[in-house]
Amino acid sequence: MSKENAIEVVSLTKKFGDFTAVDNISFSVSKGEIFGFLGANGAGKTTAMKMLCGLSRPTSGDAVVAGYDINTNPEEVKRNIGYMSQKFSLYEDLTVYENIELFAGIYGMKRKDISRKAITLLQKLGFYSERKTFVKELPLGWKQKLAFSVAIFHEPKVVFLDEPTGGVDPVARRQFWFQIYEAAERGITVFVTTHYMDEAEYCNRVSVMVDGRIEALDTPSALKKRFGTDSMDSVFYQLARGAKRSD
Amino acid sequence: MIEISAYGVSKSYGRTKALDNICFETEKGEIFGIIGPDGAGKTTLFRIMTTLMLADSGTVTVAGYDVVKDFSEIRRIIGYMPGRFSLYKDLSVEENLSFFASVFGTTVEENYHLVADIYRQLEPFKKRRADALSGGMKQKLALCCAMIHKPRVLFLDEPTTGVDPVSRKEFWNMLSRLKNQGVTIIVSTPYMDEAGMCDRIALIMNGRFLKIETPSNMLEQYDRTLFSVRSDNNASLLRQFRGMPDIKSCYPFGETLHVVADKGFDISSLHSRLVSSSPVLIEGIRPTIEDCFMELNEK
Repeated sequence: MSKENAIEVVSLTKKFGDFTAVDNISFSVSKGEIFGFLGANGAGKTTAMKMLCGLSRPTSGDAVVAGYDINTNPEEVKRNIGYMSQKFSLYEDLTVYENIELFAGIYGMKRKDISRKAITLLQKLGFYSERKTFVKELPLGWKQKLAFSVAIFHEPKVVFLDEPTGGVDPVARRQFWFQIYEAAERGITVFVTTHYMDEAEYCNRVSVMVDGRIEALDTPSALKKRFGTDSMDSVFYQLARGAKRSD
Repeated sequence: MIEISAYGVSKSYGRTKALDNICFETEKGEIFGIIGPDGAGKTTLFRIMTTLMLADSGTVTVAGYDVVKDFSEIRRIIGYMPGRFSLYKDLSVEENLSFFASVFGTTVEENYHLVADIYRQLEPFKKRRADALSGGMKQKLALCCAMIHKPRVLFLDEPTTGVDPVSRKEFWNMLSRLKNQGVTIIVSTPYMDEAGMCDRIALIMNGRFLKIETPSNMLEQYDRTLFSVRSDNNASLLRQFRGMPDIKSCYPFGETLHVVADKGFDISSLHSRLVSSSPVLIEGIRPTIEDCFMELNEK
């Protein structure tokens, strides 16, 4: 694996019985890159992402994530990544501070380091006065910001974001992307799925998955050129329309 | 003909004002979109219109019936697809459909033509349990179930959330076909790009309607100078624009930046004020619904 690659995937395959959910995909993501992982519902994105996070074993193929092999060293993979999804990220019945403490503790950070770093973070986010507020009482946009900050609190090499902006208002959605850019500038590699095609444009490169395979992978501008269109929406439509399996 | 009317509808949960003086009317056969983010009050409004919840104040009528006095009549003539759960997970695709038909005293056979377009795509999986379906298919089945008793008015609360762009497009095509059969459709969505598929839209934020208009009028009435900026270093330009006192706002929009200034702003003066190592392409553009939403929200 090249030193500069944060993710390297070779012929990764996952079968459930005779159904091939992920079909021999290969790609690499370089350090500090924002990589968009697109596909229709049921194309195999979640299955692929679970394998890359060390949560599911491939049927065949290999991947190295954050420097560790997902087949032989899934525990080290987990320790060196962060994960956030819209569906689950924070505990609603814990306070802002307790959530930070819990997740940082799970990733093995020391209590002293946690409190020092948490205070800095909360001040930076403008949340310090809300540190004792239950997460369920926060507006969605705030939860989003906090969830992302928690996901990268332990300075992972790679962060996986699964539809992080679903349902968020347009301004909060954009603020969220500033956070992503900042993380990428600090060298954290960002692997993100989204159904908003304008967000696909914010990625350095995107892949489009169709029926378990990666049908296209390039920069947004190169993809648009190749498909003769000026919108990622149309690129996606042209690729996904050919799908055989409708979720 | 007015099919739905709402006047002065407010609803609070404790100290949180979920809906604040909502007023609107919809015509029969109209697709009326309620567009706004999670937490804006969309679902609360749906629950009040579908007689499942009482407003603190205000009146709502559906097909001439009052949501408080005539709730049982309303329940017979509407279809409701709630945002999260509306199917019985342990029932198969066809069991769900016939269950919903029987609740309304009809049969799948009698009204099959109403859902045929959509249901045909589900038929290969009709023995499958509903919870084994995912994304787009679940939404399609939920729509069939909400339609099978031939409702006069259809309430769809975020039918496309989490659904990929291709399935979303298909779903909206289905709604157009239903509209052509005379059904009035109230539909909510967090996706601003779906606004164009509605006859009229209401933009909702923090429990208030910011504006109700046809999508084209909404764009027409945008009263700022809007331009797009394209370059290799958007991040640096974004910071520069945000530091300019005569620039109202600047946001990334796909591969470009959208920059907002007062009406009459001179774009040509900008090039000399920007510092950039690579070429910068600036052009005046027409707004999207998302631009309108952000502008109205800022006011």
